[in-house]
Amino acid sequence: MGAVVELDRLLDQRQVWRGRQAQARPQGLQPTGHAALDGRLPEGGWPAASLSELLLASPGCGELQLLWPTLARLSGEGQRVVLVAPPFIPYAPAWQAAGVDLRWLVQVDAEAGDALWAAEQCLRSGSCAAVLCWPERADDRALRRLQVAAETGNALAFACRPRQAALNPSPAALRIALDLRPAQWRVLKCRGGLPPAAPIACPGQG
Amino acid sequence: MLWACILFPQLALDTVLRERDDPEAPLVLLGGPPQRRVLRAVNPAASALGLRAGQALTAARALADGFACVDVEPARIEQLQQLLAAWAYRFSAQVSLHYPRALLLEVGSSLQLFGPWPSFEARLREELAALGLRQRIVLASNPVAARMLANGHDGLALNCPQATRDALLDMPVERVGLPSEAAEAFARMGLRRLGQVLALPRDALARRFSAQVQLHLDQLLGLRSLGLDFYQPPDRFEARLELNFDVESHQALLFPLRRLIHDLAAFLAGRDCGVQRFELHLEHAEGADTVLKVGLLAGERDASLLFELARGRLEPLRIPAPVRNLRLLAADLPPFVPQHQALFDPRAQQAQPWDQLRERLRARLGDDAVKGLRAEADHRPECAWQGVEQGGQGHLVMAPGRRPGWLLPVPQVLAETGLQLLGQAERIESGWWDGGDVRRDYYRIETRDGLRGWAFRDLAAPGPLWLQGWFA
Repeated sequence: MGAVVELDRLLDQRQVWRGRQAQARPQGLQPTGHAALDGRLPEGGWPAASLSELLLASPGCGELQLLWPTLARLSGEGQRVVLVAPPFIPYAPAWQAAGVDLRWLVQVDAEAGDALWAAEQCLRSGSCAAVLCWPERADDRALRRLQVAAETGNALAFACRPRQAALNPSPAALRIALDLRPAQWRVLKCRGGLPPAAPIACPGQG
Repeated sequence: MLWACILFPQLALDTVLRERDDPEAPLVLLGGPPQRRVLRAVNPAASALGLRAGQALTAARALADGFACVDVEPARIEQLQQLLAAWAYRFSAQVSLHYPRALLLEVGSSLQLFGPWPSFEARLREELAALGLRQRIVLASNPVAARMLANGHDGLALNCPQATRDALLDMPVERVGLPSEAAEAFARMGLRRLGQVLALPRDALARRFSAQVQLHLDQLLGLRSLGLDFYQPPDRFEARLELNFDVESHQALLFPLRRLIHDLAAFLAGRDCGVQRFELHLEHAEGADTVLKVGLLAGERDASLLFELARGRLEPLRIPAPVRNLRLLAADLPPFVPQHQALFDPRAQQAQPWDQLRERLRARLGDDAVKGLRAEADHRPECAWQGVEQGGQGHLVMAPGRRPGWLLPVPQVLAETGLQLLGQAERIESGWWDGGDVRRDYYRIETRDGLRGWAFRDLAAPGPLWLQGWFA
């Protein structure tokens, strides 16, 4: 005879989870700045204190359009944003025009081997609000370290990776693939809910 | 006034033991002329082998083997005493090294800040233990009494002259620092305790013994004061550590390095300053020293942080030859300004302040690795930004979307097949005044894959399209 199990207890033990979490978490809300995307993500924005993975068709295919509103909001609040070994030079006037407060933007130059270390240190420190990194050959363990560091430091971690990496599983809380033709975002995985089936059209590039 | 005396009963041995990573191994200190080496001090492990201070080395070798021998070096002990005075200077403005192997501190005026004596004493003991030194601490109402009571007591705290006098009365005559012939004479007279001596009539004592004896007794009781010269901290820190053997690996250097940096931190805390630049000299048996320079953007004095920074710089260093000695020099000692932290910090669990994180990154990745971006008022893409220590906003306002977010380090030639030019050209013609003259027509392009780029045609040298950035 199976004992009667309370539903609440099952939920507490995370053995069963609700498909659609109704309650938002206003205190840790990290809106992406794109209303269409926010509406489709379970937390109403980036997963707070977690790793988000951006899977790019090729470098420079629209990752800044996606991230700039978030970086502008964070730097405008006086929180530090760190770019760890970006593949190109951030063109300062364009970043400023996008609303990013350059006083709170920091660039860290590192070799490929040290970039992951630097990103982890920045995330773990708790003095950075968002850390962007471009890990070239990051395995599952490296990404998990980034995820744990982001939780420890209560920071947003963004890893921009080539689209081929989408085939491998990843510990990231959110995975978004960026397509070029048509210009759209596809959510491949999001923690706490089913990923939306339909792709989300990019807002037109200005 | 209250005086604390911190007596270091085995300073010579501790000087050696604190620099070794195996303090439990048998070790003896040697002194005396080369023909007749004598054991000056032994540690507990050596004592268990049957070795005693005062034995000749030949006798000791006959009794046991497998113990390490180290020569007594008065210079190193003197150096350590200076460091201890610097350490004590943070607790009191009046620190004296009047007696060898002992520190005298006026603590009556420090109690307001460092709390009641028991907790103050506990803190002193804790920090001395961290420096690797055994100690005896006595508090008394005058410095001479504190020093002499430390001969027979540990942890004694006497707040008033009367209690000090009572404690002194019980002290054995030979242990209160009287001239040796006077102490011997008292003992032969059957006077064992200081109380019995003090009960004698003063004029009779003065007649039989030298003036020195009466002076010392008066100083003990606080009737006359002792002229002490107080310690003045130096303006720079220099410490040297002899390894006594050739070290070839980084790992083996870390332990002595940690000890040096802890000494530096104790010195800095005593002077209430931070260190901005220090040099670590790795001395070799022959050839020039390898110098490791550690520079910080702001003054710091946290031992663990300094150690980590020095370690970060030491590990990638290529050392040409085995290391004999380590020397640490710090001349740039700015005042220490603690990190400002608000009570209601929006990021509550800020584990590591940004300054520390930046130093840590710079230590491993290089001095120029961490930089901010500053927008410059210049239309030329190469000149419109600058990597600086602290980023800043530019004055040239640009409409969003006019310029690419990513810039290529150097423009690349672009094959024009499959390219689509979007819109009109934008001419940028600038820089005739500083020699970096450019005349270019910029186009927004879209590649076959849908990537949007920013490319130019050079009007001065007509040719292919040059890709300079991506509208990411």
